[in-house]
This record gives sequence, C-alpha cells and structure tokens, in this order.
Amino acid sequence: MAADRDPDRGEPCIRLRGIGKSFGGVSVLADIDLDIGTGEIHGLVGENGAGKSTLGKIIGGYYSAGAGSIEVFAEQVGTWTPPLALERGIAMMHQELQLVPALSVAQNVFLGIEEERYGVLKQTENARLADVMAASGFELDPAAITSDLSIADQQKIEIMRALAREARVIVMDEPTSSLTADEAERLHETMLRLKQKGTTIIYVSHFLDDILRVCDRVTVLRDGVLVRTADAADETKGSLVSAMLGGTRSETPYPQKAPSEFAGKQPALWVSGLSAPSGVSDVSLEVRPGEIVGLIGLVGSGRTEIVRAIFGADGASGGEVRLNGIPYSRRTPAGSAERGMVMVPEDRRKQGLVMTLPVRANMTLPHLRHYTMAGGIIRAALERTRVKSLIDYFRIVPDRIDGDVTHYSGGNQQKVLLGKWLLRDPGVVILDEPSRGVDVGARQRIHEAIADLAAKGAGVLLISSEIEEVLGLAHRAYLVHEGGLVGEVDPDNATTQDVLWTLFHQDDPNTETARGSAP
Amino acid sequence: MTSVLSSARIARFFQTYAVLIMIALLIFALSLMSDSFLTFRNLQNILNQNAPLAIMASAMTLVIIGGGFDLSVGSIFAVAGVSAAWIALNVDPVLGLAIAPFIGLALGTMNGVVITTLNIHSFLATIATSMVFKGVAILITDGRLIPVRIAEFTWLGRDKIGGIFIAVIVMIAFALILTFALNRTAFGRKVFSVGGNEEAAVLSGVRTDRIKIATFAIAGMAAGLAAAISVSRISMGQPGAGIGMELQAIAAVILGGTSIYGGSGAVWRSIAGVLLLALINNGFNILNADPFYRDLTTGLIILAAVGISASGQRR
Repeated sequence: MAADRDPDRGEPCIRLRGIGKSFGGVSVLADIDLDIGTGEIHGLVGENGAGKSTLGKIIGGYYSAGAGSIEVFAEQVGTWTPPLALERGIAMMHQELQLVPALSVAQNVFLGIEEERYGVLKQTENARLADVMAASGFELDPAAITSDLSIADQQKIEIMRALAREARVIVMDEPTSSLTADEAERLHETMLRLKQKGTTIIYVSHFLDDILRVCDRVTVLRDGVLVRTADAADETKGSLVSAMLGGTRSETPYPQKAPSEFAGKQPALWVSGLSAPSGVSDVSLEVRPGEIVGLIGLVGSGRTEIVRAIFGADGASGGEVRLNGIPYSRRTPAGSAERGMVMVPEDRRKQGLVMTLPVRANMTLPHLRHYTMAGGIIRAALERTRVKSLIDYFRIVPDRIDGDVTHYSGGNQQKVLLGKWLLRDPGVVILDEPSRGVDVGARQRIHEAIADLAAKGAGVLLISSEIEEVLGLAHRAYLVHEGGLVGEVDPDNATTQDVLWTLFHQDDPNTETARGSAP
Repeated sequence: MTSVLSSARIARFFQTYAVLIMIALLIFALSLMSDSFLTFRNLQNILNQNAPLAIMASAMTLVIIGGGFDLSVGSIFAVAGVSAAWIALNVDPVLGLAIAPFIGLALGTMNGVVITTLNIHSFLATIATSMVFKGVAILITDGRLIPVRIAEFTWLGRDKIGGIFIAVIVMIAFALILTFALNRTAFGRKVFSVGGNEEAAVLSGVRTDRIKIATFAIAGMAAGLAAAISVSRISMGQPGAGIGMELQAIAAVILGGTSIYGGSGAVWRSIAGVLLLALINNGFNILNADPFYRDLTTGLIILAAVGISASGQRR
C-alpha cells in the first residue's frame, strides 16, 4: 500500500524496495517498501530504536542496506556512499552538525567544492554564496565564523551546503532537537520555502506536532518495520503515537502533579540577586521542597547560565544562595554535590556521562565516598545492588550493571544520567533539558521519575526548550530573558502560545511596560 | 549471523590481547632460535634489568588514563638518583635509598601543581619542568659522577631473596598496588573519569585538580623508586641517567594498549609493553643481530601496535 504511487504527486524521487539492515546480527530494519514523492516533505516517525534514523542514513548513503534495492530518480543504485548520494542530489543533515567551527560561513558552504585554478582558490566564493542565499532565502554574513553563530544559523549553513551541491533531496535527522521553539519554527518555514522551490525533504523527528504541521505524508516505523504511510492530514498525534507504540494506548502526556501546598515551607533553594559574568543578572528565585519550578526561555536567554551559576559550575559575581536556609557561598560542583544539590547537564555525551566507563561507574561517580570503606576501597557488592535497583526503576535497556554506555540509545543514556543523580536522594535537583532527543517511552519514564523526585520532597528546578513539557510538569515557572527573570507563569492556567507571545515580545518597546509582570 | 558475531569477537580478542599475543610469538621464536633463551635465569635477568622502566611505565599508565602525559620522569629519575648517591656517600646509604622516592614524589607533585594552577597541558608543562630538573641534577653533582661502592647501598639493585631479585619483587609489588588502586578504589574510578570526560567529572563533584596532581605525584615517586634501584645496581649516581626513559615508558604504555586519549587502560598492559620491548632487545643480543636494526625494528613494532589499537577505536 505504501508502494502505491499517488497520482497527485510526481514520480517518486526515491523508491525503496525490501530494504533491510542489521547491526552485529541484530535486525534493525526489515523489508521496507517506501516511495518518497518528488517535492514532498516526508516525515519519518517512531520510537528510538524503531529504525527511522537508520532508514534516513541508508537513503543518505551513510549506511549500506543489508538487503533490498534503492532507486533514485528512476535509476537503480549500486554501491551507495555519501559522496555518491550527493552526486545524485541527495544530501543529509545530521543531528550533530558536520561543520568546521573555525571556518567562515562561505568556507563551510563550499568546503570540498571550492573553485580553484592550479590549486589556488578563485575569489568567487561570495558571489557563489549570494546565489545560494537567494535560492534558500537565508541571509548570513559570508565572513562570519561558524562557531560564533547560533545553532539555527549553523543549520542554515548546513542546508546551504546541500543546496550548493545542487541537492534535490535533503534528509534531516532530528534537526530541531537542539533548537528552541522559535528556532524550530524558523527551520520549518525554511523547509516549506525549500519545498516550494521543488526540494524534497525527508524529515526524521520525535516532535509529532512539528511532523503533522510541516509534512505532506508521514511514515511510521516500529521495531524496524514499516507500520504505515499516510497523508499527514489524515493523522493525529494520538493516531501516530498509537501506531508507534503498537497498542491502542492513548497518549498520557504528563504524570499527575502532586498537590502544591508550599506556603510557609522553608525553601530548599533560595537565590537572591544572583549575577554572573556569564550573563546572569539579578536573579532571585526560590524552590520549596516537593516543588517543581520551571525556567522557560528561548535558547540563548541564559537559562543554562543561571543554573550553572547556582550550582557553582560557573563563577558568580554577586548575590546569595541558600540551601534549606543555610547560606552557601564560594560554590563549586563538588561543594554542591556534598550539600545535596545536583545538576543534570544538558549535553549528556559531553557533560553528563563518562563514555569510557560502564553504567555502574557512571552512576556512582558523584557518590563514591558513600560506597567506600577505609582506604577508599569500593564496596562493590553494595554498589551493584544499588545500581541494579536504579536500572530496574528506570527500566534501562539493556539491564546490565556493567553495560557499555557508548552503545546505549539516547533515551537509555539519559536514564543512566538521571539515575546517577538520583542514586542518593538529593535535596535540590537542577534538570537541564532532561528529555532532549529521547523517545516517547523513555520520555514518559523520565517524567514519572521527575514527579517521583518531587513527591519524595526534593526541590526541582526544570529547564526545557519544550514549553509544553515545563507547563505539564511544573508547579510554577519563571520566564527568562537576557539572563534575568522577567515574569512568572502559572502552568495550570497558561498555554504554550501565551508563553511564547510573552517571550517574543520582550524586545518590543511597545510592551516594555509589561516587563516583569506575569502574563 | 553467528559467524558475524564470532569474527567480531575474534577481532576484539586480538585487539584486547595483541600485546600478549606478540610476546607469546616472540618467546616462541626466540626459544627456537636459541637454547639459552628460555631459561629461568635469562627470563629473570630480563625482568630484573627492566624493573626500573616497568615501575615508571606502571605509574605512567595512571597519568595517561587520567588524560595526561609526563615527559619529566626521566629527569626526575636523574635528580632522585644523584640525590640518593650524594646522601648515601655523605650521610647514610640506607637513607639515600629511602629518600629517592620521596624526592620523586615532591617533584611529581610540583608537576601536578604547575599543570593545574597554570592550567596548561601536561605535555608542555613537563617538557619545561623536565629541563629544570635536568639542570638541578647537574647542579647537585657539579656535572660529575658520584660512585657509591658500599654493600648497604647496592643490595637493592643486586641482591636476591629466595632466588628472586629484590628489584623484581619491588616492581611486582608496585604494579599490584597500582592495579588495586586503579580498579578497586574511589581514587582509581576518579582517575578514569577525569581522563574519560573531564567536564562530566567536574560536574559530578570530582575534584579533578587533586586527582591530576595525585597521578603526577605517583609518576614522580615511581621515577624516584626506579632511580634508587638503578643507582644501587650500578653503584653510581649519574646526572645524565634517565635520559629518554620517559619516552620508553610512554612507548611501553601505548604498546600495551592503553588509550592515549585517556579514560581506559590497565597497569598489566604497560608491564607487558615493557616486556615486549625488552624481548626485542634480548633477541638482538641472543642472535648477535646487527644492533643498527634494533631501533628500526622497535619503532616498526610500536607503529604496528598503535595501528591495531587505533583500528579498534574507529567505529
């Protein structure tokens, strides 16, 4: 059925037949038949491990298919590698961008396809870039250094790089996972513009709302098998989720919030007038035991900088922090951990896990002094028991105590990271993007764990780029703009649209008077 | 499907135990070529001669797992060696031997403090301190040799207990202690975490500076201990001793399969690396081969070993 050609759309630009793939003897894709119509935006959805990224990478030439055939623009392909795919007009945009940070916009766009004569570069780059910008509708300074740009702008470079190579099909693998709502919105506008110019886009994403809004058709994968391909107009979030999960399970988005009776309780975390050279200015907030407090802001608004200054990962230049009423100055990560304040950082691979260590050693790393006897010798039996109980609690797969975290899926790595901090009951937990880039199942489990934490009496400070997630989980939320707090929202009586509107109008002089007040 | 699994497993096995397989092949080849090779006497001599290097390589393993490099251990070896000889001659022979590891510990701690407070890469910092220490060794001795022909001084490097050289016993004990520290203690865990992902370690509350200082202090102490054994054996303090030993120690660590990127490795691997280097040398001696080919052969073997381990890290 998926193979049937829709008469409304042109010839399929990509025709997959019987595609299969296995890694180390484990089948991850089986017998996929799929046609991608020319000029459409085609969504690929599924849980982590369902095979959607793998399928995207097979189309882009990054993986070779173990079985089946690929036709591109009605031509059978043989050996299939990224350069060959590019030759036929297929480019891939990765979750982690493949740019050289120290090079300029123009240099990155034309990397590898520079025009030269006898090995000397021709000075034609800016003119060529102007053409690409006109085709894409982007405007970037050609001389800007890539590492100085926002991730959204870097993605534009990546897209322009594809266009400069005359790509007619772009595979985007989770392009919005590190973007805020507004940046994702801008990417979606770009995608629609590219579609109008005739580019085909294969859009792999976890964000079903986005998929439904932007895509023409959606393909759902489950456990490496194609469940169905349908017009996006005929799908709903619920129908996609149930197709992804297999059952008729309806979406149960957020766990029940514990009743909020915090008045009069001593704050677990109390911050007054905090400023830091990293761009934090005059932040005052409090989190009471059992309370989940959100920080909502656009990327670059300073949310992460605020919590890093509270935690002691960055230096502060002024202000006061108290934990359970006790002043805590000269903050360091080590001092915070000793006082029961922990932070789950936003980037699990770079800041969270030690990839060379197994699950067990990762989880107990912050708590070693509680797992040692005289002489610093580790009490291995105690360590194993405790780690095993957390693996069970989070339903981490595989459930091996000494599993190699490098090979774990994003969701399970995130569970290990959370487990590491929940190994001992912390008093204050700072969560920076706890569910970024994880699948539906892991996300739900993580949300339950956050609610559990609060129910056990921890004060939770939650950052998420998904405003809906903060509203769904938090008792209260602060709005963050330019390193400061600019208002507070009641999550039960606010919508994502309200919050976004407020945040987008922070720089608007007409709403200057509204600053500092709750929407 | 099973064949895919097993061939991957065989590849993994070869990567993990490459150094042991090479040692086994060399022993097999050398024992065929010479009757005098596979004797307890020859094998123990090899161990004994290489005990100082093995001690330094064991400690270098900790530094490298922790994400660092120590290019100054050769110079620490020289300072500790001439100090031991000077004290043995002018104060007390046993005190001279006993003090060498502590001198090494002090200089190693200095390395660690310089690296963490100035926040510079250990590679650069130890190149600089290495020159400083070399200069100190020459100043102590005025550039002269210090002969110490006293039995109370030479026992450590020359005597045996129960038929085993004391130096070999010290080397084995030192390697076992470091292995235990690395694998069974909180300190060892932290060393792995600092080398594996320093930022994650900091955010986990690990005082990474202390851990780094400790690994360099241990490397310094090992150089001092190695110097005591060596000076005692040749009964002579030489300001020029130890030159190039830092590179041999690093070569042995890498040859053993410890990752130069930090975060993984083992002490036994470095001991095996030292043995492999020693067997190549011994082979040249036994076979009366042209020593001009020795460095060339050793270099090629190191390249091969590093190539094998690098191929395992590409995914």
